[in-house]
This record gives sequence, C-alpha cells and structure tokens, in this order.
Amino acid sequence: MDFNITSDFVSGFWNIYVIVIVLVSILWCAWFLWMQGSVKFKPGEVTGHKWDETLEEYSNPLPSWWRWMFYLTVAFALGYLALYPGLGNMAGTFGWTMRGQYDAEMKAAEAKYGPKFNQFLQQDVMTVAANPEAKEMGQRLFQTYCEQCHGGDAGGATSFPNLKDGDWLWGGTPERIKETIAAGRMGIMTPKGTKPDMDAEQVKDVVHYVRSLSGLSADSVRVQRGAELYPQACLACHGPEAKGMEAAGYPNLTDKVWLHGSSEAKMIQIVTNGIQNQMPAFGEFLGPAKVHLLTAYVWGLGGGVTPAAPVAEAAPAAAEAAPAEQK
Amino acid sequence: MREVKTIMQSQATYNYKVVRQFAVMTVIWGIVGMLVGVIIAAQLVWPELSFAEWLSYGRLRPLHTNAVIFAFGGCALFATSYYSVQRTNHTSLFLPGLASFTFWGWQVVIVLAAISLPLGITSGKEYAELEWPIDLLITVVWVSYAIVFFGTIGIRKTKHIYVSNWFFGSMIIAVALLHLVNSAAMPVDLFKSYSAYSGVQDAMIQWWYGHNAVGFFLTAGFLGMMYYFVPKQANRPVYSYRLSVVHFWALIFTYMWAGPHHLHYTALPDWTSSIGMIFSLILLAPSWGGMINGIMTLSGAWHKLRDDPILKFMITSLSFYGMSTFEGPMMSIKTVNALSHYTDWTVGHVHSGALGWVAMISIGSIYYLLPRLFGKAEMYSTRLINVHFWLATLGTVLYIAALWISGVMQGLMWRATNADGTLTYSFVESVKASYPFWTIRVVGGVLFLVGMLLMAYNMFKTIAAGRAVDDAKVLEPAHAH
Repeated sequence: MDFNITSDFVSGFWNIYVIVIVLVSILWCAWFLWMQGSVKFKPGEVTGHKWDETLEEYSNPLPSWWRWMFYLTVAFALGYLALYPGLGNMAGTFGWTMRGQYDAEMKAAEAKYGPKFNQFLQQDVMTVAANPEAKEMGQRLFQTYCEQCHGGDAGGATSFPNLKDGDWLWGGTPERIKETIAAGRMGIMTPKGTKPDMDAEQVKDVVHYVRSLSGLSADSVRVQRGAELYPQACLACHGPEAKGMEAAGYPNLTDKVWLHGSSEAKMIQIVTNGIQNQMPAFGEFLGPAKVHLLTAYVWGLGGGVTPAAPVAEAAPAAAEAAPAEQK
Repeated sequence: MREVKTIMQSQATYNYKVVRQFAVMTVIWGIVGMLVGVIIAAQLVWPELSFAEWLSYGRLRPLHTNAVIFAFGGCALFATSYYSVQRTNHTSLFLPGLASFTFWGWQVVIVLAAISLPLGITSGKEYAELEWPIDLLITVVWVSYAIVFFGTIGIRKTKHIYVSNWFFGSMIIAVALLHLVNSAAMPVDLFKSYSAYSGVQDAMIQWWYGHNAVGFFLTAGFLGMMYYFVPKQANRPVYSYRLSVVHFWALIFTYMWAGPHHLHYTALPDWTSSIGMIFSLILLAPSWGGMINGIMTLSGAWHKLRDDPILKFMITSLSFYGMSTFEGPMMSIKTVNALSHYTDWTVGHVHSGALGWVAMISIGSIYYLLPRLFGKAEMYSTRLINVHFWLATLGTVLYIAALWISGVMQGLMWRATNADGTLTYSFVESVKASYPFWTIRVVGGVLFLVGMLLMAYNMFKTIAAGRAVDDAKVLEPAHAH
C-alpha cells in the first residue's frame, strides 16, 4: 500500500525545510491575526492621520466573523496536513496519494466492469461482431478512443483511413485488425521510392502513370514515360500490378482510394518527399478485452474480411487461451 | 523661513501629464483587448472566423490575455498609482523624465506584443508569452517604475504612508521578482528562447508566476487603486485601519504559496499540491478583508449609490471581487478541482475577476480621474456612465453565468459513464453541448465592449471641452499628530 517508495527530495534537509517552513507560515498567520486583533480599538473614531485633504481611516476592530473565518481556515489547514501528504515526506494518517486514488479507482472499475468485457474474449471476433450488446460497447469504446482520427462514423478523413469501405492498408481480417489496434502501425514511403535520382520531370511522369491506373486524368505522353520508370521506382513496394502489399501496408494504387488526396500536386509532393503515417498502439493501454471488442466493432463496420480456411480451428484455440489469460 | 517654504510649496505642481497619458491609453487598450476577446469568443462559436494563421484562435488568445492584463490593466495601474502616490504623499513625482520613459517604454512593449504574438513568436508560458528581448524591455521599464514610485514615497511630505501605497508597492516588488524568475531563458536567436527550467519544475515555476500575476498584478495592485478611489469617491474614511494592516500582510504572504493549485493531479508531488490547496483556503479571509474594507467604507452613505454611477462601478467591482475570491479557494480543493479543471468554469472564474473586479474598479477610477486631469467638474455625460455601468454589469453576469453552466456541464459530461464503465459522451459531444453557452458569452462580451466604446466617446468629449491640467498645486506637508 506504500506508494511513496521514492522521496521527492534529494536530501533529508529539504524534507525538514519544507515541514518547518510550512508549519511556521501557517502558525504565523494565526499569531499575526491574534496579535493584531487584540490591539486597542476606538470604534467610530478616525486614527488621526489625514492624506490628500480627505483620506482618513476609522479605528474600527476586525469584524469578529471574519476573524473566526480566518482562524477556521488555519485550523483546517493544520488538520488537513495531519491527514494528507503535505509536510515533506510525511504521508498523513489517511495514507492518501493521488497515485493510490487512481489505482484504487482503476481496481474498483476493473472488478465492476472487467467481467462485462472479458466475457467476449472467449468468442471469436466474427461472433462478437454479430452480438448487438458487444456492438454497442464497441461503439462506445470507438467514440472514446478512435473517433478523434477516424471520425464518429468511422468514415475517416484526409490521412486517416476510412474503416468501413472494405479497403485495408494492413489487412481486414480479424487477426490483422487486432494487430493494428494493439501494436499500432507505421506506414513509410521513401522519397522518390526506390529511385532516388529521379528529377522533377520524372517524378511527374511517374505520378501521371500512377494516376492513369485508377482512371484519374493523366497526360498520355507522361503516362508512357512513367510506365517505364515504374519498375525501378515503385514496383518493389507496390508490386508489378500496383496492387500494393498488405503485409507491409503498401497501398494499392489501382483502387481509387487516396488516403492523402488525389490531386496532382499532392501526389507529386508525396512522391518527391515521401511520407510517414502512424497509427498509435492501444494494446497496453486498453488491455486485451477492449482491443478484442474494438476489433469486432471495426471488423463489423462493413469492410471486414472473412479469413479463408483455418477459422474453425482458430476459434476454439482462442477460447482455450482466453480463460488462461483471465487468471 | 516658514514663509519661503510655503511659497516654494505653492509653486510645486503635481505631474498629471504621465497620468493623463496612461489614463487615455487605459481606455484605448481596453477596447483593443476586449475586441480581441470578443473575436476569439466568436471563433469558438463560428470556427470559420479563424481564417488566417495570424488571426487564428491560438495566436489571438495570448494577444487577448496580454492586452487586457498588461495593456489595459497595466496602464490603469500606472495611471492610478502615479496619481495617488503623488497626492497621498503630498509631493510631485520623483524623476518625471523617468516616469515619462515608463509610459513610452510600456507602449512599445504593448505594440511589440501586438506584433509578435499574432506572428506566432511566443515562449509558450501562459501570461508570459513574450520573447526574451521584450522581457528585457519589460524589466527595464518595470525597474524604472519602481524607482519613480518608491522615489516619490521617499521624498514624501507626510509622516505616514497611506494604505494604497502599500498595495501598489508590494505589487511592483512582487511582479519584478515573478517576471525575472519565470522568464529566465536561454535564447536561441532573437525570436526564440527556451525556459531555464524543465519538466515539472518548469510547470511549478510557471504557475507560481501565473497565480501571483493574478495575486499581485490583478489583486494587490487593484486593491491599491480601490483604497485610494473608493474613499475619495464616497468621501468617507476607510472602514478599518487595522483590517487593512492585517489583510495586507496576510494577503501578500499567503498568495505566494497558492500556485500549485493550478497543477492538481499532475506530475506535481502530492505534498506540493496539498500546500497549494491549504494556503489557497487560508487566502479566503485576507482576500475578503479588502472587500469588507471597501464596501464598509460606504457604511452610512449608502444613498450615494443611488445617483453616483462611478460609485456603483466601484462597489459592484468589490462584490465581484468577493465572489471570485470565494470561488477561487473553493476551486483549489482537490476534489472540486477534479471536476472544474480544464473546463469553462475556470475561464468563467477568471472573468468574474477580470471583468467584474479588475475592469470595473479601473473603469470607476478612470472616470474619477478624467475630469480632474482635464479641468472639468465632471465627465461630459453622467448618464452615459450609468448606461456603461449597466452594460458592463449585464455583460459580466451573462459571461460568467454562461460559463459556470457550460463548465459544470463539461465536467459532468466528461466523467459520466455507462453501465459498462465506458464514457457516456465523446469529447465532441461536450463541445456541441457548449455552443449555446458560448453564444451567450459572445453576447456578454459584446455588451462589455460596447460599454467601453461609450466610455471612449465620453472621454473624448470631456477632453475636447476641457484643458490639460498642469497647475494642480501640491498640498501642504502633512504633520504627524
């Protein structure tokens, strides 16, 4: 229960210093008030000094309700310091720390809500996706952790992928989606692809060729020249048919989905300078049960890909693994 | 010998020129700062108004805070302190040339801020955004201010130092200390520097500065203003000398400790956070001491409130001061702060102090000053002052009530959970729910700004009909009894 394992002070002196200066300061307030409250007053009479023709002061006493309010705050301060941390390293009799409060609240929440999430861990993602209750919970998680980038309707925005259009940079099977959420992704395109010696004209040629692949407006002469450059500059990542490579997040250039925009200028900029894009990792932060629910929610948005054969075997395997994990 | 001295005294006149300059610029910068405030409030309701990078919310927001605190509030403090320090010490300003330098120096600081902040040149420290060359100029101007102010007290012709001077003096010393420590930085080039501190120490020093900017610049300084202009306008003695002694020392001592309440539930150690909280609570009584002394000064003369709009400004400002200095300690309690922090509640709290207290006491004091500086018995139109008073009061009430509601609503929405422990609302839902209140805030801000425009009109009419007073005779020395 001791959260104060390390001291905030580099030496014992500062601990004592803080204790002394805090107590002396609080007690000074009370002493000063007491001393000044007990001088002789002449209510209704002026002190006898006069400035600037009219400025005078009454010799009225301190209002007693005000004095008592002042004393009360001093007493509260001393009481608080006895109960809570404040006097240097002294923990206070309640043993309260903000870290402790956080851990206690998280523990209570886990005990209360944990089972609601964990129940789905034993089901495979596609089964969870079909469960209306799980879908609702997944949506709430999505609205808390995902919508800032992917939008409230998961429709994405420029540079933030649409999650319901069936187009996946890193794959749309339950397994791949879960990996993306838990471990995050880092997409990298190097400047000028694999042909760093391209000049501006050649970059433009390549861009026109790429545009022609998905029916965007393109100059036919440039398309021809670009097609010759493609194998050297782009093929290694985007593939011979320009369909990309899901394993490494290299985008398909033929599918009319343009994450960062499809204007000629934007594409020239990206080919010239390269681009990096990142999805943060949520696995450690959210834990396996919430990642599982989010995976199901995202998979179920309409674009989820059903894995080929080994699903039937994989699902029981997951069910076996989950209870073990719960312990 | 006695006769010669009397003649010499009667030839000396108060230095009203620098007071006039600062008083007029208080109104001008008030309009500028509040206009920028209205613009950024409108940008929150209509984000499309944030169309150019140097007019974007992120750049204009520090411009707004700097303009209202240091340009409007600063000019008001200079004007009122330079006026009252002469009058209460029965002597003219010490080193009038240096006083004139503080005026022009401060205006240059303001103009540099108005250029550099929209350009995105910032040190990133709240209320201390200006980059190091401007910080150096501030230091020079501020030290000059201290020399003029304390020099004037040094050559005083009275035995005792009047209470307004204690508050102004503490403000000048504390702000110098805060500015020098918090702005310590390593310059990279003319436009960029990095803080001398790092991590949580940097945050703690920033909020030690930030809260004391509130405590000394916006509280102690304006209490100094209150202690001169309220008894003057009410023509009544200050309620209790002893109360002013106790609350002065307790206030300036306790404020220094309160900064950590800006950093509850962060990387700040628990003990630091607790100390910030308990001293914020102890601060309640010392703060209220000023309110009691100001409001009770009117005791026996309440009828004056009926037909004196200047006094209305002053007494209303003290009421808002009392309210926000109650609210502040309450918000410093960790559990309350867990709800209020990062919400509009904080912004509303700041504005009940900024509009209700700082602006209203300044407006009242400047209305007191202008006719005296320009040789008139009163302002061009007392009726317009009255209209200004109601616009300002209504504007303030709309502003802070709207943000109380949106602030508490945001805090509750952010912590609401469903049966499964997930958050009931996404962040953007709390933004959407805030729109009606942000619209009311714009209305409140516009009302306050319109009031300032009326004040400017009233001021220029008064100036046009008057003359610059440069022959106000310094009073006879006051002797001890």
